[in-house]
Amino acid sequence: MRINPRHTEKFIFGSLFSVSLIILVPISWVLLITLKYGLSVINLDFLTKSPTFNAGGGIYPAILGTILLVIGTIVVSLPIGLGAAIYLSEYSSKNLLTRIIRIGIISLAGVPSIVYGLFGFSFFVLFLGFDKSLLAGALTLSLMILPVVITASREAIDAVPEHFREVSLSLGATKWQTIRHAVIPHALSGILTGTILGIGRAAGETAPILLIASAWLVNTPTSVVGRGGRFMALPNYLYSTYALVGKSMENPNTPYGIALVLMLLVFLITLPAIIIRAKLRKERKW
Amino acid sequence: MKKFFALGLVLIVIIFAVGCNSSQTSSKSIEVTGSDTMVNLARGWAQEFMAEEPDIEISVDGGGSSVGIQALINGTTDIANASREMKPEEIKTAREKGVNPKEIIVGYDGIVVAVSPKNPVNKLTIDEIAGIFSGKTTNWKQVGGDDAKIVVFSRESSSGTYEFFKEHVLNKGDSKGSINFAPSVSLLNNSSQIVDQIASNPKAIGYFGMGYATKDIKELEVAKNKSGPYLRPTIEKVKSKEYSISRSLQVYTKGEPKGEIKKFVDFMLDGKGQSVLEKAGFVSL
Amino acid sequence: MNLKQIREFIIEKAIFLCGLVSIIGIILIFVFLIKEGGSFFLKESLRDFLLGIHWYPTSTPAKFGILPLILGSLLVTGAAISIAVPLGVAGAIFIAEIAKGSLKEFLKSSVELIQAIPSVVLGFLGAKALGGYVMDWFNLSSGLTAFTAALLLAFMALPTIISVMEDAITAVPKRYRESALAMGSTKWQAIYRVVLPAAASGMAAAIMLGIGRAIGETMVVAMASGNAAIIPGFPSGILGPVKTLTATIATETAEASGRHIQSLFAIAIALFLITLGVNVSADFLVHKKKVK
Repeated sequence: MRINPRHTEKFIFGSLFSVSLIILVPISWVLLITLKYGLSVINLDFLTKSPTFNAGGGIYPAILGTILLVIGTIVVSLPIGLGAAIYLSEYSSKNLLTRIIRIGIISLAGVPSIVYGLFGFSFFVLFLGFDKSLLAGALTLSLMILPVVITASREAIDAVPEHFREVSLSLGATKWQTIRHAVIPHALSGILTGTILGIGRAAGETAPILLIASAWLVNTPTSVVGRGGRFMALPNYLYSTYALVGKSMENPNTPYGIALVLMLLVFLITLPAIIIRAKLRKERKW
Repeated sequence: MKKFFALGLVLIVIIFAVGCNSSQTSSKSIEVTGSDTMVNLARGWAQEFMAEEPDIEISVDGGGSSVGIQALINGTTDIANASREMKPEEIKTAREKGVNPKEIIVGYDGIVVAVSPKNPVNKLTIDEIAGIFSGKTTNWKQVGGDDAKIVVFSRESSSGTYEFFKEHVLNKGDSKGSINFAPSVSLLNNSSQIVDQIASNPKAIGYFGMGYATKDIKELEVAKNKSGPYLRPTIEKVKSKEYSISRSLQVYTKGEPKGEIKKFVDFMLDGKGQSVLEKAGFVSL
Repeated sequence: MNLKQIREFIIEKAIFLCGLVSIIGIILIFVFLIKEGGSFFLKESLRDFLLGIHWYPTSTPAKFGILPLILGSLLVTGAAISIAVPLGVAGAIFIAEIAKGSLKEFLKSSVELIQAIPSVVLGFLGAKALGGYVMDWFNLSSGLTAFTAALLLAFMALPTIISVMEDAITAVPKRYRESALAMGSTKWQAIYRVVLPAAASGMAAAIMLGIGRAIGETMVVAMASGNAAIIPGFPSGILGPVKTLTATIATETAEASGRHIQSLFAIAIALFLITLGVNVSADFLVHKKKVK
């Protein structure tokens, strides 16, 4: 007896819907817990003052540090990642070498974040002499999110139908003009996905900048490299308060407060990208 | 896309402008790196010290005792915090590089052995504890508790606390001793997590520095042997060295401390510095 | 050569440079790993390393056997992938094909914001709360198990899998669906037989990125898997503590020195090669299917 395909469809759509709900439950739970314990910690002092002994005071240098770090990471990884994606999709010939490179890039996504941290410390901080600076941190984080940015962008570019390019070229445009005007605008939403995922990761990871961020600073960074470039970062300070202060912590809910600020920050930074992307997806031309 | 680049450039320019404007380079600065156990303490010292001597800028970092000692040898830090003593190989390497490390003990830390408040066991001897952590003893009933599996927590192998516990509890002070933690022992990254686990698991046992003991766990009374006094790790008993499991906290400098480094170390050792130490949860000299 | 051609040339070279920088970055990391970890193998035999069952890097004599760690990683990652991939595919299909309008964008962004939860927070919340539930549900001695870690890892890999896969499915031209529907198929049949195969390479890329994320996550596994270097039973070992390769690197790097840190890099090399192997085979399979 053949099952009516309409029944199969209803069943499958029902399951998919429940699965999507299942995914939302843990997020809401985490948000609720963080709000419950963390909201009471946040006040104006918390956001604008420097940290004091026993996890007291505020987290301003860490907020600034994370913001600068994320901006630096986008500035570095977006152009390079996008450029690499364009190169791999449009300019290189589709041979074995390209496939190897593609696999290599995706495999980099599996390197543990602490290894990026060790590499960043040895290479950027020590070897290139940048000191434990914003530049070293941003470069390390960019390297870490590069696989996602490149892969997401590349898939988006590949998905643009071939005839868009053909039409543009037949109208006399050069290769670059074609890419710039006929391909990228349509791949933009996929590129933004890679960026959004990358920002979330870069802002929230402790391990890659474990050896680069400073555990405690009174002053905020005054430059991008060198001693003046020392910075604090929210995830690292969060780990530091949770793990290292013990019962002498002034307010035991401090880690939750920091987590809340971090999540809010990431949300605010990625919001423009999300809105732009939503608009672009509505206007999709194929 | 052009807008992205433009925005990026603008931001970089702003950052550099900010950099070139504020000239906050102090004439004197001290670098402190090392033990994660001591990083909060070092922050406290730096904060109070800088309040008295605003001309001196101190930056504090963690990374671990080994990282601190390494940095002292490499010359990238002025003071290394260590929750363990320098190993002979490290001293040798330092001397080879022309660095003569000077050890200054700044305080003490008692190690708490703790169980859940729901666990009927209240006291153990060092031998019993060693048996549990080395895997010889696996059930609570063997040490006077319920018939249940013992769930053992420890710090991870590169922690100074782990090393100390292994040497002084598992191997009774023999630094060349070869008794190890059992493979079934959970090695956790930080003491706060150990406390969390013990608080929520009636079968658990673990150890951590005094500064982490909260009301949610029960500190065991420890004795050297079955006849000896069973003592809890209080400040008094740690100071008098009667409590059997305690360690020293130290800082290392390149040779005898001079100038502002000497000022800072003196601060750590006198009344104000020691009161900061106690606020951080450790035991003063 | 006129101005236009010069501009074209410069831009082309700039793009090539970007590609080059990325590839150089990858090679640098690999070289770095080999440099730091390679010297480990001068004194240790590969066999003792891969098949040894004792991991006591700081003892005298030190033992560097990673077999329990490899098995632990396989168990946790395998479980995480088996949870994350089906959930991820289901979620992606739902968002791409069934959800409409603002619900679609809302779901997509909400899933992505999971990525923003600091891994440390998931680590300690997961270990504490989820660990507590797991301990009660399965009546275990401890809640820090391979299963707990796998659940958390799956959760962390989901944003990547769902969002990148959703992009791939959405990018399939509308006319594919329309022709299938015009020939009388139901919506699900159109998705299953026409759209998904067309999005196959993008879906594979999403899965591989997600797997990479699950393998590479360090903090969460370090806090939630129990970190006990025992050889896990199969399949009962999943409800017990394990020690993974990544957690070992994460927890021990901070204070390690000398041969210990070299051994940690050796582990990193092993991890990279394993991930590479998984991705190569996955790519091979997808490529074969495409050529058909």
